[in-house]
Amino acid sequence: MSIERQLEALCEPAPPTVAAGALLGVGLADGYRIFDSPVGEVVVAFNAAGVSAVDLADDDVEERFRDRFGRPLVPARAPRGWEERIGRAIERGTPGDLPVDLRSVTPFQRTVLQVTATIPKGEVRPYGWLARAVGSPRAVRAVGTALARNPVPLIIPCHRVVRTDGRLGAYSLGGSHRKRRLLAHEGADPDRLERFAARGVRYVGSDTTGVFCLPTCRHARRIEDRHRIEFGTDEEAVAAGFRPCRTCRPA
Amino acid sequence: MDELRQRLARDLDGAFPDLVAHLQGRLYSGLRRLHGDAAEDLAQETFIRAYRALRGYDPDRIRRLRLDGWIWTIALNLGRNHARDRARRPTPVPLDDRHGVSDPEPADLAAWDRRLAALPSPQRTAVVLRHVAGLSYPQIAEVTGRPEGTVKADVHRGLARLRRILQEET
Repeated sequence: MSIERQLEALCEPAPPTVAAGALLGVGLADGYRIFDSPVGEVVVAFNAAGVSAVDLADDDVEERFRDRFGRPLVPARAPRGWEERIGRAIERGTPGDLPVDLRSVTPFQRTVLQVTATIPKGEVRPYGWLARAVGSPRAVRAVGTALARNPVPLIIPCHRVVRTDGRLGAYSLGGSHRKRRLLAHEGADPDRLERFAARGVRYVGSDTTGVFCLPTCRHARRIEDRHRIEFGTDEEAVAAGFRPCRTCRPA
Repeated sequence: MDELRQRLARDLDGAFPDLVAHLQGRLYSGLRRLHGDAAEDLAQETFIRAYRALRGYDPDRIRRLRLDGWIWTIALNLGRNHARDRARRPTPVPLDDRHGVSDPEPADLAAWDRRLAALPSPQRTAVVLRHVAGLSYPQIAEVTGRPEGTVKADVHRGLARLRRILQEET
């Protein structure tokens, strides 16, 4: 074989880290790392703008990311200090000081997700509540779509939003059994919520304070059994002389 | 290549991953022969610089670019800086791959690296650009800033020397 041929044969494929690092470096790919969560291992994707996606850590996650965001997803080290912040955000179920990249959703959806991020751990809110909170009380269906499009479940806690009748409803991160597991992990007691839902109870009040709440509000959970009054609608509660709680704003 | 340039001029972000896919094999292989283990980092950095440069070019300039030669202008420049920095503060040679995956060089490649290392630097660069990276003589002349005749002579002398080394081995 000629020496020229032998030299040409030295050409080898570049290791995958070359393209990955280059695209990550110019912002045309997102990096990811795997984190533990209450629903098992999850992939957390990030770029210069913030955390861009949270998804189940399975074999198809890179392909799903590319399909949805139109960019490649490559394994990478998170920016300095982000690993701790990501771990904390998953544990608390809220972004805190972690930047989140919500450029992939519409401005309305962004607003819905930002309000969702304020729902306290261990509590749930109905879709209708969220629609009111973003100033579009009639857009309940659009609120549902916004939550289904949440690119960062666990960190923006869409699992804390339930159906208006009190049932748990769907969950984008791998189905409603995971939503149940998450809520149980946070102490929201999904069985109790479903018992309320089955009996048509959507609000509870205290006959000592005259205030009514959503059932998981921290004030509602302090009400002793003998003082708890149950309501199916907010009109019923108001007619009985109760006023809505200022913390959970049930109506 | 022409189609790629058109697409880069139209939609840089959309076409840039294809530019990387298209050029990375030859770029990495050439850098590997010239700079050993640093090739991976140098190739990455070359593409990052290339992207930033393309951001600032107007579409007509991108349409006229000879991409494979142009990328090597950036790569050789980075390679020179890398070699200079390393000469200034020598770093210990890492025993295994930085990523913890041990990836030993096949015996044949290691032998070629030894042979190429015996060439004077301009000859080594010219031989690698011509026969590993696949650039033409005019491209090498442009990339290295040396006259075409000199580049041709470097390649010929380099190959002759490699032949002698191979003969001595047998």
